[in-house]
Order: sequence, then structure tokens, then C-alpha cells
Amino acid sequence: MIRNIVQATLIAVGLTATEASAEAPFIVVQSTTSTQNSGLLDYILPGFEAETGIDVRVVAVGTGQAIRNAINGDGDVLLVHSKPAEEKFVADGWGVQRFDVMYNDFVLVGPKSDPAQVKGGTDIVAALTAVAEAEAPFASRGDDSGTHKAEMRLWDATAAEPTAASGTWYRETGSGMGATLNVANGMGAYVLTDRATWQSFGNKDNLEVLVEGDPRLFNQYGVILVNAEKHPHVRAAAGQRFIDWLIGPHGQEAIASYKLDGQQLFFPNAD
Amino acid sequence: MQNFATEFNAAMALILNGDAELWAIVLLSLKVSLFAVLISALIGMPLGAALAVARFPGRRVLIVLMNALMGLPPVVVGLLVYLMLSRSGPLGVLELLYTPTAMIIAQVVLVTPIIAALTRQVIEMLAEEYSEQLRSLGVSRLSSVPVLLWDARLALVTALLAGFGRAIAEVGAVIIVGGNINHVTRVMTTTIALETSKGNLALALALGAILIGIAVAVTAMVSTLSLRAEQEGLRHA
Repeated sequence: MIRNIVQATLIAVGLTATEASAEAPFIVVQSTTSTQNSGLLDYILPGFEAETGIDVRVVAVGTGQAIRNAINGDGDVLLVHSKPAEEKFVADGWGVQRFDVMYNDFVLVGPKSDPAQVKGGTDIVAALTAVAEAEAPFASRGDDSGTHKAEMRLWDATAAEPTAASGTWYRETGSGMGATLNVANGMGAYVLTDRATWQSFGNKDNLEVLVEGDPRLFNQYGVILVNAEKHPHVRAAAGQRFIDWLIGPHGQEAIASYKLDGQQLFFPNAD
Repeated sequence: MQNFATEFNAAMALILNGDAELWAIVLLSLKVSLFAVLISALIGMPLGAALAVARFPGRRVLIVLMNALMGLPPVVVGLLVYLMLSRSGPLGVLELLYTPTAMIIAQVVLVTPIIAALTRQVIEMLAEEYSEQLRSLGVSRLSSVPVLLWDARLALVTALLAGFGRAIAEVGAVIIVGGNINHVTRVMTTTIALETSKGNLALALALGAILIGIAVAVTAMVSTLSLRAEQEGLRHA
């Protein structure tokens, strides 16, 4: 019996080895949870793969972690949504050039009971101020992601100091967008989320969109090729092809045609 | 909350109808974890047995350490293996990050102490039982290791199963070093984490039920095999 197990194992090892050698060319894209959880990448990537034969391997983490992974050389392309952090990434020499890809917007979601009475507003700063004054539960990503950075910029525009209240009404989950929405649902908290993740989220339950449409809630996505001068192993040619496709007509059309329940989630805006 | 029964039936239908994507995920889970357990057994069993019979200063400390390592936090192991395999890490040139091999490595680190510690316990008891015989045959302590391991093989199946249980159920390490890449490194546990974060709680639960079912099936299969082997052994005796 032991001999059989060993034999089976060797065969399995052999299979793994052949699989690896027959592998199609691929690139690793460090991206954010919103592009994956919303289903966008699953929808547009087969088109690129069919056109070029290049397999796109997506690692979906928060923007902060995606950038750190890219700095470590663990990705060929970065597709994230925090313009200041992306520009710093390029300025520090880790990325070649940053391109706008698409945008959508953030929305303030909260419990239907709306204890801070912000429903229907279009001023996000006034709404956050009201939440802070009511000391109503607020769930923050707290994970240095693009959404978290955007949330912190918005809090900076208020007089409130939410992090001083951390652990009381202000709760930092340190998790992804979906996980944080689950938490917000569980504790009846307000939460800032990108619209795409919200739209595709399956556990809305007692939550609804309360504040939207403020220009400050604009959410821009950018794409950057990791700099081969810093990391010579970067698959620059294949990565550049992916970027060219994404900001070219085919990619932009694919992004625009992705709809969930009849609603468009991302709006292409490459130059 | 969504209707669990409906989602569970849908997930079961995917399994039974041979949904290629789901089956690929299940098979990758099994492949990664079985490999990890096999490698861990090759390292952990001789190590545990040697520690059981050898006598040297610091042995007690090593045993305590090994027992403590059974409780290694997967997320820490994942981070350590990431730092080793990252392009900026010492083993970056191997290009193993975000591959099933990286996941196997992380699970080996988690499972080896479990198998080694449980083996040590089993072999120590057996060595005591056999000590006079072995001494009269003039077998040295360390060279008795293969004999002891062979005689304890049925008891050691439990150690393997404990290791397998740890490996197949673990998510913290494999999601960091594997990256949960669709069709490449996505396994049962990372799929469950992903579906949970999408808010598809019922689907996640249904996948969880399937994972438990697989764990039960593997355990039952191995237990039956070892039981049969035991009965055969008795018949021959």
C-alpha cells in the first residue's frame, strides 16, 4: 500500500511538472478587492486572454498591500485606486508610468434606521460630521486600502477626529471591503464603500445607500507597469500589452459593457 | 440572510454535475494538502522518532519547542514564507510565489511539527515497551528508529490525519503565498473567504459543508484502510 502511495505521488509530481512546462505566458497583476469582488476582471480578462494568449493572474488585495507587493517585485502590473499613492509609486521609480483607466464613485452606506439622519444628502463631509456628532457606529476599512485612504481624506475635511474614537463608535475592521460590509451589516454601522463592491454585494440585508453624488466621492482607477529597472524579472512586454489593451478601445469597451442588474459599475476614462 | 437550503442544493448540484471549475478547486485543495502531508511525514516521522529514542542534552527543550510549534499561527507562517519567496526575499529567484508549490511549502511548515510531535509520543511509548528486546538484540537506539516506525505504522495514521486536517482547513497561510489566483492557486478555503467577502454567505457556507464532507471522506477512507491492515496483520500473526 505504501508503495502504491509513493507511486501515485510520483505520477502526480510528474503531472505538476509537465503542467508547468506547458504553461502559457502569464503576467501577475496586483489589484484591489473591488475590481475582483465586483466581477469586473472575471468579465473583461477572457477577452484579453483570447486576443493575446497571455494569462492574467490577479492577486486581489487592498491598494496599500498591492503597492507594497509591487515594490517587492511580486507583480508585473499594478491596477489600483489611490492616485496620490500611485503617483508616489511612479515618482519613487517603482513604476514606469501611470495611466487613468476608469472611474466610479464611493457611496456612504448605512442602516435603514439612519440614527445620524443623513439620508438623501449629497454633502459627504456634512454627513460624516453628523455621524461623528451622533456617535453612530461607523465601520472603517482601517487597512491602508484605496477606499480607506479616500475615507481618511474625507474625515480630514471634517472637524471630527474619528481615530481618537477608535474602538467606541469608530470601528476599524482591518479587512477588505466585502468583509467590512459584512461587519457594518452585523452592527448596524455606517460605512464608506465603492459603488461596484456595494452593487455586487450579496448580503445588503439592513443596509442601504444614504449619501451619494458628492464630487468628492469620485473614485479613479489607474494602471502602472512595474519598473524593470528596479526588478529585471518583470514581464515588461506582456505587461505593457495588457496596459495598452486596457486603455485602448477593446479594453475600454469591455469595461463599459460590464453591467450588473442592468447598472454599469465602472466608467472608462483613459486618455 | 439568504436561503441556505437553496444555495446548498445549488452548490451540491455543481459538485454532482461535475462543474469543472468547482472540481478543479476541490482537486487542487486535495493535491496541495496531500503533498504537504506526505512531505511533512517524510521529515516529521524520522525526526519525531529520533527525538523519542535519542538521549542528548537539550532534548527536553526540543520536545517542548516542537509541541509548541504545533500551534503555529497560519497567518504568521504565510507571512514568513511570503518574505522568503518574494522577489525581494532570499529565495525570490526560484519564482515560487503565487504557485501551488508555495502553498505546499507553507503547509509543510505548519504540518511537520504536528506529525513530528505526535510521532515522538507514539514512538516513545513503543520504545519503552520494546526496550529489553532491542537491547538483547544489541540494536542501538537510533538504528531502532525504522523498526519502531514500521511497528507503529497504524498508530501513526492518526498523526497523518491530524496533519491533513490542519492542512486542508487552513486559509491564513495559503491566501498570502498563493494569492487566491483563479485557476492557479484558488483552493476551497480561499474560495470560501472570497465568497464571504462578496456577501454570498449561503454559497460560502455550502462550500464549507462540502469541504467538511471531503475531510470526513478522506479520514474515513484512511481509517478503513488502516483498520483493514490491522485485521490482516492479526490474521497473519
